[in-house]
Amino acid sequence: MKILVPFKRVADPENANKVKVTGAKIETAGLEWKPNPFDEYAVEAALRLTENGTAPKARLGEVIVVTFGPPEADQTLRGALATGADKAIRVEATDDQLDGVIVARALAKIVEQVKPDLVMLGKQTVDSDSNQVGQYLAELLGWPQITFAATIKNEGNVALEVVRVGDGGMQRVKVKLPAVVTVEDRVVYSGGVQSAPTPASHKYADGVRFAPLPAIMQAKKKPLEVKKLADLGIDLTPAVQYVGYEPPPARKAGVKVKTVAELVDKLKNEAKVL
Amino acid sequence: MADILVVAEIVGGQVKKATFSAVTFAREASKALGGGFDILAIGQGAEKLAAELGQFGAKKVLVADDASLAGYVTERFAPIVAAAGKAYAVIAMTATTNGKDLAPRVAAKLGAGYAPDITGFKADGGLQYKRPMYAGNAFGWMKVNTPIQVVSVRQTDFTPAEPSGGASSVEKVAIVADPSASQVEFVAFETVKSERPDLTEAKVVIAGGRSIKEKFMDILSPLADTFGAAIGASRAACDAGYAATELQVGQTGKVVAPQLYIAVGISGAIQHLAGMKGSKVIVAVNKDPEAPIFQVADYGLVADLFTAIPELTSAVKAAKS
Repeated sequence: MKILVPFKRVADPENANKVKVTGAKIETAGLEWKPNPFDEYAVEAALRLTENGTAPKARLGEVIVVTFGPPEADQTLRGALATGADKAIRVEATDDQLDGVIVARALAKIVEQVKPDLVMLGKQTVDSDSNQVGQYLAELLGWPQITFAATIKNEGNVALEVVRVGDGGMQRVKVKLPAVVTVEDRVVYSGGVQSAPTPASHKYADGVRFAPLPAIMQAKKKPLEVKKLADLGIDLTPAVQYVGYEPPPARKAGVKVKTVAELVDKLKNEAKVL
Repeated sequence: MADILVVAEIVGGQVKKATFSAVTFAREASKALGGGFDILAIGQGAEKLAAELGQFGAKKVLVADDASLAGYVTERFAPIVAAAGKAYAVIAMTATTNGKDLAPRVAAKLGAGYAPDITGFKADGGLQYKRPMYAGNAFGWMKVNTPIQVVSVRQTDFTPAEPSGGASSVEKVAIVADPSASQVEFVAFETVKSERPDLTEAKVVIAGGRSIKEKFMDILSPLADTFGAAIGASRAACDAGYAATELQVGQTGKVVAPQLYIAVGISGAIQHLAGMKGSKVIVAVNKDPEAPIFQVADYGLVADLFTAIPELTSAVKAAKS
C-alpha cells in the first residue's frame, strides 16, 4: 500500500496560550515549530499499516509525507522520515499564499502524481483548527472520506474497516480503497491499527514511535523532493481571508475556597447555580 | 436578496437539538442579508419532522427522506445538500461531529469557501465570521470570498431557537448519491446508552481527569446524579481508558459551555481549556495548587478529590433539599 500523509508544522501547541494577538495578526515568533500532533498520528498509523510491527525496519509499503512551506520546513519532514516514512515532498510556499482550499487543490495534484492508495491526514491542525482539508480533498478526488478514525483494520490492502468517532457513539464502516481517512489520537493507542502481517499478539506502545539517532542520520539520505506551488497548475485564489483578529475574552479572576462547605455556600448564594 | 439554507441533523428519527443553534444563526444572519432562510431535513424519517421544523420561521422546509439515509454516510448526504444548496448564498449547519464531516465536503462540491466552527458573525458589506484558532487563544474574523458560503456554527455560542409559530411550505428534494458511495458500507453505530443528558446540551457538566483512575465513574457518578449532570473527561483520562472517547472535552473533543462546570482532578492543559472556558461558572478541585485549571476557575478547592468529591456530593444533596 502506498500512503500519502500531509504533514504540517505548527507553532508549539503546548504554548498556544502564548500567541500574541493584535487586530492585524497573530504573532507566533518565539514559539518553536512542531509537527501538528494529529499529523504525527497519521504518520504513525501509516507506518503501522505498511510494516510488520515485530520487524519494522523492513518496510512493506510506502509512506510519503508532504508539506507546504519554506526551506526551514525540511526539518519537519526529516523528522517524519526519521520515524520511518520513506519519502518526503515539500511544496515551496509561504503561509500567505495558502488557505485550506488551496492546500486541498494542491494535494489533489500531488495525488495525481504520486498515485497513493490512501491519503491519511490528521483530523485538524491545532493552529487554524479548521478541520477541513481531508474532507475538501476527498471531494476533489471523488474518493470516499472517513473522518475521525479511532481504529483502522487493514483488509488485504484493498479496504479498511474503520471505527470512527460520531456524536454520542462510535460508527463502524468499511471503505474500499482509494480513500481519504482523517485520524484521531486514538488511532495510535496500542490496538489502534490492525494490519496483517503484524501478528495480532504484537502490542504496539501507545503513541508515536521514537526516532533513535541512527534513524535520524539515515533520514538525511531519504529522498526529499521540492516542488513549486505555481508548477502544480491550480487556482491560487484564496477562498477565504482573515480581515482581523482578537484575543479571547478575559475571565474574571476566581477565588480559592478552603473547604467543601465554603464552596457549596458560594455556589448557592453567590453564583446561584444550586 | 440572499437566503440561507440550514441543514437539520436527524438522529434516531428526531431533530438533533444542536440543529436549533444553526437556526438561530440563520434567523439573525438572514436579517442582516435582507433575506430569509429555509431548512433542509435530511435523513430517514425526515418527512415526519417537516411539520415540527416548519414552525421556526423558515419559508420552506425541504425534505430528503430515504432508507439509504438511515446511517450517516458522507457520500450520500453531501450531494443532496449541495444540490439543494446551489440556490442559496449561505449553507449553515451546527458543528457537530457529523456537521464537521459534512460541511467541507459540501463546500468542495460547490467550489465554496468554508467558515468552520463560528462563534459569532457581523454584517459589514457581507457577512464576516468570528472563529476560534490556536485552541481558542485567538479569534479570527473571516470573510468568505466565494459566491456560496458554507458555515458550521459552534453549538455553545448560538442559543437554540424556539418555535416562532407559522407553517413553512414543504418540498421534497431528489435523492442522489456520489459514485464513491458504493465504496462505503455503513456497518453499525455503537452507542453507550446513558440516562445522562448530552454533554453539549447539559446545564451542568462534571468532568474528571486521569488522576481519578479506575474510580472515574465511582467518584463522579453520584455527584453528576445530584445535579442531573453530564459527565465529561480530560483527554488524558480518555487516553488511559478511564473514560469513553465520546466524553472528551477539549480543543479536539467536545466544546461545552454549561451553567456550571466542575473539573475534578483536571490539571487544565491548554487543549482542555479550549473546550470548556466558555462555561458560565467553573469550579476546580485539584490537590496541586499550581494546576493551570485554577487560572480559569471561579472557585478553586485545593484538596484530595477522593475525599473532597464524596463530601461535595453530600453537601450539594443537602443544599438542594
